[in-house]
Amino acid sequence: MNVEVRATKTAAEQALSSAYEGVRAKLPGKGALASLREEAFKRFDAAGLPHRRVEEWKYTDLRVLMRDAFPLAAPPDAAGKKIGKEAGKIFAALDSRRLVFVDGAFVPELSDLTTETGLTITSMAAALAKGDALVAKHVGKTFETDDAAVALNAALMGDGAVIHVAAGTELKRPIHLVFAAGSDTPSASFVRSLIVVDKGARAVIAESHDGGASQMNCALELVIGDESQVDYFKATQTRGLHVGSLLLTAGAKAVFNTFALNSDAALVRNQGFFRFAGEGTHGAIRGVNLLRGKEHVDTTLLIEHAAGHCDSREQFKSVLDDQGHNVFQGKIVVKPHAQKTDSKMMTRALLLSDEAEADNKPELEIFADDVVCGHGATAGALDPGLKFYLMSRGIDDKQAEALLIQAFIGETVEEIEHEGFRDALMAAALQWLEARG
Amino acid sequence: MLLEIKNLHVEVEDKKILNGLTLSIEKGQVAAIMGPNGSGKSTLAYVLAGKPGYTVTEGEVLLNGASILDMAPDERAAKGVFLAFQYPVEVPGVATMTFLRTSLNAQRKLRGEEEFSTPAFIKLVRDQANDLGINQEMLRRSVNVGFSGGEKKRNEILQMAILQPLLAVLDETDSGLDIDALKTVSEGVNRLRSPERSMIVITHYQRLLDYIVPDVVHVMAKGKVVKSGGKELALELEAKGYAQYTDEAA
Repeated sequence: MNVEVRATKTAAEQALSSAYEGVRAKLPGKGALASLREEAFKRFDAAGLPHRRVEEWKYTDLRVLMRDAFPLAAPPDAAGKKIGKEAGKIFAALDSRRLVFVDGAFVPELSDLTTETGLTITSMAAALAKGDALVAKHVGKTFETDDAAVALNAALMGDGAVIHVAAGTELKRPIHLVFAAGSDTPSASFVRSLIVVDKGARAVIAESHDGGASQMNCALELVIGDESQVDYFKATQTRGLHVGSLLLTAGAKAVFNTFALNSDAALVRNQGFFRFAGEGTHGAIRGVNLLRGKEHVDTTLLIEHAAGHCDSREQFKSVLDDQGHNVFQGKIVVKPHAQKTDSKMMTRALLLSDEAEADNKPELEIFADDVVCGHGATAGALDPGLKFYLMSRGIDDKQAEALLIQAFIGETVEEIEHEGFRDALMAAALQWLEARG
Repeated sequence: MLLEIKNLHVEVEDKKILNGLTLSIEKGQVAAIMGPNGSGKSTLAYVLAGKPGYTVTEGEVLLNGASILDMAPDERAAKGVFLAFQYPVEVPGVATMTFLRTSLNAQRKLRGEEEFSTPAFIKLVRDQANDLGINQEMLRRSVNVGFSGGEKKRNEILQMAILQPLLAVLDETDSGLDIDALKTVSEGVNRLRSPERSMIVITHYQRLLDYIVPDVVHVMAKGKVVKSGGKELALELEAKGYAQYTDEAA
């Protein structure tokens, strides 16, 4: 028998446990789905909130950072819905299908549910309640992990999006999942979404989070079929605690491009669990984090090459002002027989202040012998030589810095293939830069 | 007199590099500065442009009678000082065209002039770039990234042509150039000679001065000017070397 000696539960852990006990009977889903919750809760209850002694959470100790667990969010009221209607401005310039969630709850009247051939959209609450076949097949199974934040999400998952893109379908418009914090009193939301893109289909999906001081734990399971392509963008600009998990399985000859922007976000943990399960798949995983004040952004990735002849590229940049703290942990695992894997990871931090902190931790675990894997990490200040060169041409101090920061960010943003999202994300980055003054 | 440098003493990281340098440049004059390695030629160039880390402990630098020593590099640029770098730096992510436009408009703004309109600016750059053999593709690329040594130097001259400075300091513009590139660059510089514009051409070798013929030649050694003369002084240096000056100054 395993006996783990654990410290007393924190106030937040106790609150989460009693929140679960209070709502477990009312949470949607019966049978296997109910046991999934129960098992997940047991895992969370045993492990507690992730803390610094858990290697993957070393730099983001939730036992310390999460003083209180806020009460579970109530269904949105009129004021909350009004906020939801205005939310997601970052991608407003794009013609996309908006699906709006306020404090984690799907709001159909604010969402675009017009029909499109090959596309099925349901809310997770409804799908769980009726024991939807797609949900029963995939939820909790896309990428199994012991991670306590994912377990807590599975225990308390209330709502989210369930999207199915049928084989061979090319979605006409991007889908934009708009998440807004709507209530005045800080609350906690546990969102679980499932997106299944079948063989040979194409989808562009974006997710935006903005608003107040609430706590968000969201998880997205993304199942990409053979020969399909998914471009997935995420922008987080919330003032509360945001823990996001992306669990992905990609089939053969698929393409997965993703980009995450965190700007003016108070406390973010974005974790990715990606499995390349079929041969010949390409993955481009990128992101830019812009931090100031005491903001903290942690990007932790586990990329598992389970089949050969796949390539993955990870490129992350962070710009840190004031006492901003950026964490990047990227682990690439190449399974035995995943020969001809080509995986490269690069993370660079630009420190604009002496008090900023960047922690970069790349890891490689390679069990195949014919692979090309590499990683690099840098952290440094703006190059004074570059700045002098620009200033010697008449560009003032602030503008020279802004131009160099823009260039630093631009290198990664420019890699985004989708023009509309590239422009929207660059504009958001420039907005951050302008506010710097 | 456009530029007057009086008894200039400069230290870099507590090491004295310039030791009471005195030098005047007349309006419209092209002055060559020659001298051995370590004589302080590049330091002089950087001090004029205002590079951080160069501490002036004594003396003055007057441009049109007003001191520039308290000015930031961008303010000096707006007053008409331009440095063509010996080693132009690469600026990844900043397109050459953006860089040129931002520079020109920043200077014009500081001088209270109107910004250039986009079409007028593009035409201006295109014409100047053509003369220097710089193609459109290079202008779209990040500043100096992936440029050969010769392309970097031509890009410096292009910037000078766009910014139209009153005082251009060319720091070993000939280094790393083959004979064809040297000719192109020199022709570019010569096109910019005007009664309104002065130039300081810093070089080790007489060769550059066959193409950019100076009005005067100054020899620097151990942080000051030790001899001045006409263009024939360069030929004399080529024949006899610098040893006599370094010994004299010792």
